[in-house]
Amino acid sequence: MTSPETSQEPFRLTTGGVIDRKRTLRFTFDGENYTGHPGDTLASALLANGERLVGRSFKYHRPRGIFSAGSEEPNALVELRTGARREPNTRATMVELYDGLEAASQNRWPSLKFDVQSINGLLSPFFGAGFYYKTFMWPAEFWKLVYEPLIRRSAGLGRAATETDPDHYEKAFAHCDVLVIGSGPAGLMAALTAARSGARVILAEEDFMFGGRLLSERLAIDGKPARDWPRAVLAELRSLDTVRLMPRTAIYGVYDGGTYGAVERVADHLPVPPEHRPRQRSWRIVAKRAVLASGAIERGITFSGNDLPGITLGSAVRSYLNRFGVAPGRRAIVFTTSDDGWATARDLAANGVAVAAVVDPRKEGIETKGAGPWPVFLGAEVKQAQGGQKLRSVIVRDDRGLETEIACDLLAVSNGWNPTLHLSCHLGGKPVWHEALSAFIPGSVPKGIAVGGAAAGHLTLAEALQDGARLGAEAASDTGFAAATAPANPAVGREETALSVPLWRVHGGRGAAFVDLQNDVTAKDIELAFQEGYGASEHVKRYTTLGMGTDQGKTANVTALGVLSELTGQPIPAIGTTGFRPPYTPITWGALAGHHRGKDFRPKRLPPSHAWAEENGAVFADAGLWLRAQWYQRPGETLQRSIAREAAAVRLSVGVCDVSTLGKIDIQGPDAATLLDRVYTNKFSTLKVGRTRYGLMLREDGFAMDDGTTARLGEQHFIMTTTTANAGKVMQHLELCRQVLWPDLDVRLVSVSDHWAQYAVAGPRSRDVLAKLVDAPFDISNEGFPRMAAGELTICGGVPARLFRVSFSGELAYEIAVPAHYGDAAIRALMQAGAEYGITPYGTEALNALRIEKGHVGGPEINGQTTARDLGLAGMVSGDKDCVGRVLAERPALLDPARPILVGVKPIDPSQALTAGSHFIPVGAAATAANDQGYLTSVAFSPVLGQDIGIGFLARGRERMGERIRAVDLLRGHDVECVVTSPIFYDPEGERTRA
Amino acid sequence: MRIKCPYCGERDLGEFTYLGAADLKRPDPSSAGAPAAFFDYVYMRENPAGPLAELWYHGGGCRSWLRVVRDTRNHEIEGVELAKPEGGAQ
Repeated sequence: MTSPETSQEPFRLTTGGVIDRKRTLRFTFDGENYTGHPGDTLASALLANGERLVGRSFKYHRPRGIFSAGSEEPNALVELRTGARREPNTRATMVELYDGLEAASQNRWPSLKFDVQSINGLLSPFFGAGFYYKTFMWPAEFWKLVYEPLIRRSAGLGRAATETDPDHYEKAFAHCDVLVIGSGPAGLMAALTAARSGARVILAEEDFMFGGRLLSERLAIDGKPARDWPRAVLAELRSLDTVRLMPRTAIYGVYDGGTYGAVERVADHLPVPPEHRPRQRSWRIVAKRAVLASGAIERGITFSGNDLPGITLGSAVRSYLNRFGVAPGRRAIVFTTSDDGWATARDLAANGVAVAAVVDPRKEGIETKGAGPWPVFLGAEVKQAQGGQKLRSVIVRDDRGLETEIACDLLAVSNGWNPTLHLSCHLGGKPVWHEALSAFIPGSVPKGIAVGGAAAGHLTLAEALQDGARLGAEAASDTGFAAATAPANPAVGREETALSVPLWRVHGGRGAAFVDLQNDVTAKDIELAFQEGYGASEHVKRYTTLGMGTDQGKTANVTALGVLSELTGQPIPAIGTTGFRPPYTPITWGALAGHHRGKDFRPKRLPPSHAWAEENGAVFADAGLWLRAQWYQRPGETLQRSIAREAAAVRLSVGVCDVSTLGKIDIQGPDAATLLDRVYTNKFSTLKVGRTRYGLMLREDGFAMDDGTTARLGEQHFIMTTTTANAGKVMQHLELCRQVLWPDLDVRLVSVSDHWAQYAVAGPRSRDVLAKLVDAPFDISNEGFPRMAAGELTICGGVPARLFRVSFSGELAYEIAVPAHYGDAAIRALMQAGAEYGITPYGTEALNALRIEKGHVGGPEINGQTTARDLGLAGMVSGDKDCVGRVLAERPALLDPARPILVGVKPIDPSQALTAGSHFIPVGAAATAANDQGYLTSVAFSPVLGQDIGIGFLARGRERMGERIRAVDLLRGHDVECVVTSPIFYDPEGERTRA
Repeated sequence: MRIKCPYCGERDLGEFTYLGAADLKRPDPSSAGAPAAFFDYVYMRENPAGPLAELWYHGGGCRSWLRVVRDTRNHEIEGVELAKPEGGAQ
C-alpha cells in the first residue's frame, strides 16, 4: 500500500488523489520533520505520516485528532508559523501545505504526548456544565486576582502572536450578476450555465481546489470519474472574461442589498507573501443574484470515547482516500446510520484498508448494501471507543445486547448530513426541519439568493447537477441574460441515497461522550443543563458553551438538539434551532482592517505648507484627518518656550500660520444672502460687497453648531469659512437647508476647502509683509482695505489671490488665499517678504494661546451643549429675522440666568497650572457634583500675562467678575484657586486690529 | 445596503449619511404655537416597523439629499428620489 518513493509517508496510498506526487514538500509539526505533496492539507499530510494526535482539547486537555476534512473541523486546531506571523487556531484541514510550513500543537504543556492538565479529564465529573459559574463564586475579589488568571491559563486555545503582524491586508470590491458560492457539482453547474448566457459570474470556493465533494467521492459523470469533470468545466469558465474564479475565498456573510463579505486567502499557502501582495484580501462582493451551493456537513454520533484520535467522519475518510491518497488507518470500522457508510467501507477496501466491521443501527432496507467481505452488525451500535492517545478498539453492542470488542485504528462515523445553510440565515432567515432528511434545510431565504444541491438538502449528485443547471439559468435570466447553450445534463451512475436514520446518542458506555468536540461539551453536560432548568436550545448553548468557538458548532448543534429531543421527549422542530450570524468561518482582524492600521488607520490630509513646515522643524498633530503644524521647534526648545516665542512674534511683529484646513464653501445665486440669513443668527443680507462678517450658526435645537467668517465677493457670491472640524457637517447642513427645507431658494454651493491654500498673516507688521507681495494697483492700506475688508487681487506678479482682513489673534491680521497649488510657493514668498521683520511661523498651539487671550471661542466651547447666550454671543442673534435654531434657543431653560456662561479665569498664584476639563467649585465647598458650577474648556499659558489663563462656563458667571472660584480636576489631581475675569484678557477694546 | 442615487447610480451605504424621517415640514416660526411645533419638529420622529420615507445625504457622491423609502424590518429599499422637489429652483 505504501510506495517506495514516499516511504517516509507510511500511510500514503500508492496511487490516486489529486496531489502532485512528483513534488515533495517538507514541513514540521512540533519540531519533527515530515513530508507531503502539493494538493495536501496539513491534516492530510499529517495523516499520511501516521500522525493521529494533533492537539489537546479546550477544557479537559484530552488527546484529539483529525475529525473532518474541511471547514467544520472542531479538533485539529494548530498554531501556524512562528514569531510575528504566528497564527493560533488554524484548522489543519484548511491549511494548504507549503514547503517549509511550521506548525505546532496547542493547549498542551509540557508536550502534546504528555500534558499535565489532562488530569482535568479525570476530574471531568467535577468540570461539568456551569462548573465555572458554580465554583468560582466567592470571595468576589478572588475572581479577578486568582480564578480568572487561572482559568485563562488552563482553558483556551492557541496563543496569538505578540509582535506586530508584518504582512499587508487589503480590501477590494467586486460586482457581478451571479455569485456562485461553492464549487461542488451544483456550484460548477450553476456557474457554467450562468456564464454561458453571458452573465458576469463570480465563483467563490473556500477550498484551494474547485470541485467540492466531487474530489472526494468515487462517482462517475458521463461514464468518467467525477473527479475529472470539474477540470473541463473550469477550463471553459476560465476562457470567459466575464467569469472570475476565486479559490481560497470564503463567503463569510450576507448583507443587505445583495452584498456579500468574503475573505480571499491570497498568500496563506505561501511561507511569506510575495512582495507587494497582501496576505489576505477582504472582499465586498455585490451580486444581483447568488446561488448558494455550499454543500453539507456530515454529523458524528455521540458515544463514550467518541473523541479519540482515529475517530473521523466517514465523508472525511473518503476525502483522505480519494482526494489526498491517504489511508487514515490500517484497520477500520464503519459506524453508520446512512448508506454513506457503506460507500466508505467499499472505498476503504478498494484502497487496501482492512474493514474490520460495519456497524449500522438500522435493520431494515439495507441488506443489499452490505456487499463486502467484512462482518456486518445490523441493529447494532458502537457503545464505546477505547484507547489512550489514539483509538485502539471499539465495543460493539449488537441487536441482542451482546458486546464484542473489535480492534481498529480508524472508526468512520456517518450519521447523515446537515445542509450548510448558514449563509441563508444571515439576514434573519429561519431554517426548517426536514423530516425525511432529519436535518434543517433553508426556510425563508434572503432575496436574491437561491439554494441548490446538498445545501438545499438535495444530497445526490444527480440532484446537485440538476439544481445547478436550473438555478444558474434562473439567476442569469433574472439579471437579463437569455439562456444560451445550456450545458447538457451529465449522466451520472446509480447512487445510494444519503438519507439516514440518525442516532443522536448511544447510552451505556463508560467515559465521556462528546456532542461538541471543540468545547468539550458532553451529552451529560446537556443532561445537566436540562435538569438545572436550562433546557431551551439557546440556554443550553450559553450554559454549556456548546456551539461556540472557531467551528461555531458546525458538527455539534443539530446533534445537541437530538440529545435534547431525547431528554424532553419533544421532536427537534419543537425545540427550535439557533440561528447563524456572520461570519461563517473565522476571519482575521487583519483582513477586516485592511490597510487601515497604525498611521494609515485613517486617510491623512496634508495642508499646502506641509513640506515647507517639515523643513522648518514643525511638530505635527492630528486635527481630524488633517496633520497640522502644532509648533515649530527650534533646536533645544521646549513646547512652552516655542509657544511663547511664536505668540510673541505675532504680538510684536508678524507671524504666519497655515489655516487652509478651515472649511471653505463657495455660495452663489440670487438667494445666496437669504440662505445665509437663515442659517446664521446674524444678518448677511446687509453685508456689503468687499466686506467680511463673523457669523454664528445654530442647530435647529438651539445649540451652537459652528462659527466662522463669511465674505461677500459679489452681489450674489459669498465665501464662507467653517471650523476645520465641522467643514463636512456644515456643508451637509447647508445642502439640507437648500435642497430640503427651502427648495425654492435659488442658490448653489460648492466646497472649495481643498482648492485654496490660506495663510493667516498676523501682527503689527503683517500689512508691511503683504504690501511687498500684492501687485499694483491693489491698495491694502488701512483706508483702502480696512478691518473686515475682503477682496480678490493678485500677488507676486499675477497669482490670483483673495485677501480677508480678519483676526483670530487680536492683532492687525489678514488671511490670504491662493489656489492650492501655489500654497507651497506662497508660504516661501511670505517668509521671504517677512524676513526683515523676523516673520515667524506659528502652529496650532500658539494660535490657541492667542485666541484664548482674546476670549475667542473655538471647538472646546462650541461643543454641542452651548447656546449663543452661553458663548456670550447673545448679541449676535438678530432680533428681526428667523434662523435655524432661533425658536428653540429661546426655551426657558436655555435662558435661565443660572446657566453657565463664558468667563475667563486665572490662578491667584500665577505659578499654578490649569487643566482643561476642570470643574468650577466654590471656595470651601466639597468637590462634588452637587457643588459643580461649570467647567473650564480651554487653557493656555499666556505669554502676555506670563501665567496660565483659561476660559470656560460658570453659572451666573457674568455677575461674578472678581470672585474666587476653584478649578478642580479630580482626575489629574488639580485644585487651583482662580479669580473670575472677563474672557477677553488682552486688548478688550480691540484697538490693535484696527491699526 | 445599496442606495440607487438618481444621479450616481447604485452606490454602497458607506457613501451616504442618514438623517431620519423625510418630509421635514419646518413650522412657521412666527406662529403662536411655534415653540411646541418646533419641539415636535426637532424631536418627534415616526418609527414604524415597515416602509419609512427617510432622508439620506450622498456626501460621498453628488451631495444630493435623497428621499429613500426603506422598509425598517428588512432594509428593502422601495424607492429613491431627490428630496428637492421637481420644479424647485435648479
